[in-house]
Amino acid sequence: MVKIDRLSKYFGAKKAVSELSFSVNVGDVLGFIGPNGAGKSTTMRVITGFIPASTGSVFIGDVNLDENPLAAKSRIGYLPENAPLYSNKSVSEFLHFIASVRGFSGSDRRRRVGEVIERCFLQPVRNQLIDTLSKGYKHRTCFAQAILHDPEILVLDEPTDGLDPNQKREIRRLIREMGEKKAIILSTHILEEVEAVTNKVLLISDGEKVFEGTPEKLKRLSEHAGSIVLSVLDQEKSSVFAVIEKVKGVDKVESLPSAGGVLRVRISHSEKGPEKLSQDIMRAAGKEKWRVSELKVQEGNLEEVFAKLTNSPTRGAA
Amino acid sequence: MKIRNIAIIKLSEAKGYLVSPAAYVFVIIFLVLSGFFTFMVSNFFQAGEASLRSFFWWHPLLYLVLVPAVGMHLWADERRMGTVELLFTMPLTVFETVLGKFAAAWMVVAVALAMTFPMVITVYKLGSPDTGMIVCGYIGSFLVAGTYLAVASFTSSITRSQVVSFIVSVLICLFLFLAGWPPVTGMLVNWAPVQVVNTVANCSVMPHFNNMQRGIIDLRDIMYFASMTTFFLFCTGIVLKNHRMG
Repeated sequence: MVKIDRLSKYFGAKKAVSELSFSVNVGDVLGFIGPNGAGKSTTMRVITGFIPASTGSVFIGDVNLDENPLAAKSRIGYLPENAPLYSNKSVSEFLHFIASVRGFSGSDRRRRVGEVIERCFLQPVRNQLIDTLSKGYKHRTCFAQAILHDPEILVLDEPTDGLDPNQKREIRRLIREMGEKKAIILSTHILEEVEAVTNKVLLISDGEKVFEGTPEKLKRLSEHAGSIVLSVLDQEKSSVFAVIEKVKGVDKVESLPSAGGVLRVRISHSEKGPEKLSQDIMRAAGKEKWRVSELKVQEGNLEEVFAKLTNSPTRGAA
Repeated sequence: MKIRNIAIIKLSEAKGYLVSPAAYVFVIIFLVLSGFFTFMVSNFFQAGEASLRSFFWWHPLLYLVLVPAVGMHLWADERRMGTVELLFTMPLTVFETVLGKFAAAWMVVAVALAMTFPMVITVYKLGSPDTGMIVCGYIGSFLVAGTYLAVASFTSSITRSQVVSFIVSVLICLFLFLAGWPPVTGMLVNWAPVQVVNTVANCSVMPHFNNMQRGIIDLRDIMYFASMTTFFLFCTGIVLKNHRMG
């Protein structure tokens, strides 16, 4: 649905995006992540036709954005960063204006505006001046204009930025719901959002792609992803280590911070799947009559992977 | 370029003017000042002439300050608020938006001019003025305002700051106002080639407006206003496009 082919963008001599290629199809919710200044917003601005690419091309469906910008733009809904709006208009007036620009008129326009007002929970403020709205309502108004024409492609630049937890949940639910029938690209620097909403991740750093795949695959890049954490009560460290190290497949056992008579250890292994090893460890623990309070397979930590791939210092990876 | 899109932008902008104090301030100040200059400075009644010449004479001067004030927000505001990103990711061309916004602002001037109708009634009460001259005067005044407004649109597109936009457009409009004035041409005549002096003199708004004030509609005058307005609107479009090129 959206195909970006070797896209580069220079601002003067400064390179903002370099040779970026990826594609997004219907049903994909692509999480576009990267540190501040990595080129996320620039890429989104190029995709939506706000700024032209220096080299490379953007295809919206089968339309080349460069050759036919109007046709391409009419298929995209865009929520720019900071959700800019005309502050001297009311919510309803603003959405009617956008609907007109999007080519709707008469009863069709009224119906569309009514629908998005309902969908984005804007009824209480529909006649209020945008200038007087809270940040959450402003954001939702801008979100409403992006989905008003029911576009095939949605480009959302930090869609939950500045919202309270309830509003974040609402917007994420909306995105997930729409993601089934649309191709969605959303940028964020909130990593929990990647797990909550997206089914594809593109990580960029300094304008270059450093990872593309599913959130699960990204997590697996974590140093301790797949290792097993075991907590036992009232046991000596040395005896636990001795028993576990004997289990077939175990590479390394290390102790984790623990308190209150609980011994926590992390077990690294070379097995393909940790399930069988978990069972073996459980069996060994049963034989020793240990009181096991926790046995889990570590999923990996996105924050740690993010830091590793974007070359910034790792913080607190468990 | 679709007329429908221009009309949508124009309508939306016009609604903005209805709720903005700037448009009302412009209309009121224009009416007050044009009345003051016509009656108090030009001694309208003492002239003993049933014509609006002394009324129109002041318009290019009044517009010099007032029109840039109306036009200074056109693009500077869009850029400052970031809404330019919203506007240019819609299926609209740059020139549709430039023309739509310009047309709405020009309508504000048209409303101000229309509200000077008591002047027309006054001269008809006092004598039998030349209707052609009055109509031509109004058309000329409207065209001068359009030219200044196109300048303001252009200066507004080059900056986020309304103040900078205002000052630069006043300067350009002042140049257009004074270009044919002997002290200005006199400054150039000693050193610049004749073609340059002629070109500068031909840029002036005043000779073209003076012709129209006299009741003469010459195609060359119309062409002057049309080409100046088109030129500055075109420049606005180019600046807006290039600004996004990075």
